[in-house]
Amino acid sequence: MATDTRLPVAGRSRPRRSGRTRTPVGRWLADHLVLFIGILVLVYMFVPIGYIFALSFNQPSGRSATAEFESFTWSNWTSICEPEGLCDSLRLSVAVSLTATVLATVLGTLMAFALVRHSFRGRAASNLLIFLPMATPEVVMGSSLLAMFVSVGLDGALGFVTIVIAHVLFCLSFVVVTVKARLAGMDARLEQAAMDLYANEWQTFRLVTLPLAMPGIVAAALLAFSLSFDDFIVTNFTAGQSVTFPIFVYGSKLKDFPAQLFVVGSIMFLVSFVFVVAGELWRRRRSIGLG
Amino acid sequence: MSAAPVPAGPQPGSETARRRGWGWLLLVPGMLWLAVFFLFPTVQLVFTSLYDPSGSYEQGYAMTWHVANYVDAVRDTWNLFARSFLYAGIATGVCLALGYPLAYAIAFKAGRWRNVMLVLVIAPFFTSFLLRTLSWRTILSDQGPVTSFLQTISVLPDDGRLLATPVAVIAGLIYNFMPFMTLPLYASLSKVDYRLIEAAGDLYSSPFTGFRKVTFPLSLPGVVSGTLLTFIPACGDYINAELLGTPKQYMVGNRIQAAFLTEHNYPLAASLSLILMALVVLMVVVYVRRAGTEELV
Repeated sequence: MATDTRLPVAGRSRPRRSGRTRTPVGRWLADHLVLFIGILVLVYMFVPIGYIFALSFNQPSGRSATAEFESFTWSNWTSICEPEGLCDSLRLSVAVSLTATVLATVLGTLMAFALVRHSFRGRAASNLLIFLPMATPEVVMGSSLLAMFVSVGLDGALGFVTIVIAHVLFCLSFVVVTVKARLAGMDARLEQAAMDLYANEWQTFRLVTLPLAMPGIVAAALLAFSLSFDDFIVTNFTAGQSVTFPIFVYGSKLKDFPAQLFVVGSIMFLVSFVFVVAGELWRRRRSIGLG
Repeated sequence: MSAAPVPAGPQPGSETARRRGWGWLLLVPGMLWLAVFFLFPTVQLVFTSLYDPSGSYEQGYAMTWHVANYVDAVRDTWNLFARSFLYAGIATGVCLALGYPLAYAIAFKAGRWRNVMLVLVIAPFFTSFLLRTLSWRTILSDQGPVTSFLQTISVLPDDGRLLATPVAVIAGLIYNFMPFMTLPLYASLSKVDYRLIEAAGDLYSSPFTGFRKVTFPLSLPGVVSGTLLTFIPACGDYINAELLGTPKQYMVGNRIQAAFLTEHNYPLAASLSLILMALVVLMVVVYVRRAGTEELV
């Protein structure tokens, strides 16, 4: 990427002229103020994560774990499935998110290819229809889906299928936008070069286009998974009696709040963090290997 | 703008790179999904909003084109709409004020830590949204650290609270929608050529003028999509108001949710939903027109 190589050098080497002369301390402050504010904002964003980790080791004296930190224990981490229904809700959430992610990623990638690579009538209308779900507040989307399911007589059958339908719907637009951005930044001449070197359409697609588009598709799939896994509002409308993990958390806040929920929250954070760090390391190693 | 001479021939993403033919068929499955599960329910919501409100969920509704549903909905809940847009507007403004320096720092100041900082922006959001909001409830509670600190420095009176006030609800909105602001801002700022900012400095503009006349206008697409991606979900949110506020801070989302799921008053809920959607779309259109950017996302 051109920006990666240029910016750090440019950011440091040139002295800035600002009319006024500053003391070295003042200049250092002015140079680093933005970075300092940025780091403060990041710290602020991690405050609740710290709380979740701390409370996952809490041994509450009462039945509800949302109160103050009382005494340290490992037992929450070893008894995750103990609260009734917690692990069932996690299993349902994983199943829903995986299904919705696969469907949304496939449908959305196809749409992105059509929009970037092909010309046809009604592109503007298509773009509008893709944008509208993102401009719709979740309550409205959830409620209109529920009204439809009820009116076609599905109100007894609300559950896995209706949740997946809803999740694919709100993930789809985000997948299209993400993959489209990647495709639009790709150099079409690489594919022309492949064709010039006697690759047929399918070989060009499989060996050139798809590998180039892959980072965008993977990013879109990860985005879809996290949107789907964490969704409460739309799910609450379309789930009927089924309990996904967010619905379980929401239900628990009304009665006893098991400390194991904080353990699950911590694990979610750790797992995704490991994934991202591993992906970054892999990307770095590969770029070193290539360069 | 670009320094290198542009070779002739089709550019990536330009009109000429697009092929005619049957490629549009790739759109069909996704478009069908959107039509069946988005357009159709929205149209149906319009009909639901016009049912006779004297019916009920169990006995069914009669279609009487009862436009008065909208009048009733607005009369009873206009203050909820006003509150929703006020809270969402303040939250969006603060998100922009916090997210801009963060995105700027990542794009221009982070150097080799850029990717690490970018991951750190998203990382908190891997954990469940409800759990994070619930932990804010603990942090902002009456015995919590923030309240006692503010009481010690006399910003809050001794019996003052944070939880169950508009401040808590807005703080929750700010926190939860922060990455939706930061990421588009970063995407936009990282495309800004730093040499342009330096050029402004070389031409004796003060850092502030340089920012106002060069950096900020160039990052405008990110500002527009960031504010939209923050404002739209914040308007319809009801979790923050429910977990961090009281019924006095309820937003229109709370009312829609209750009308649908608890009261089963579908005509009222449908008309509220449509009013909310119409107002949001109207604001988006006016805003995008005024900001003068065509690219939405």
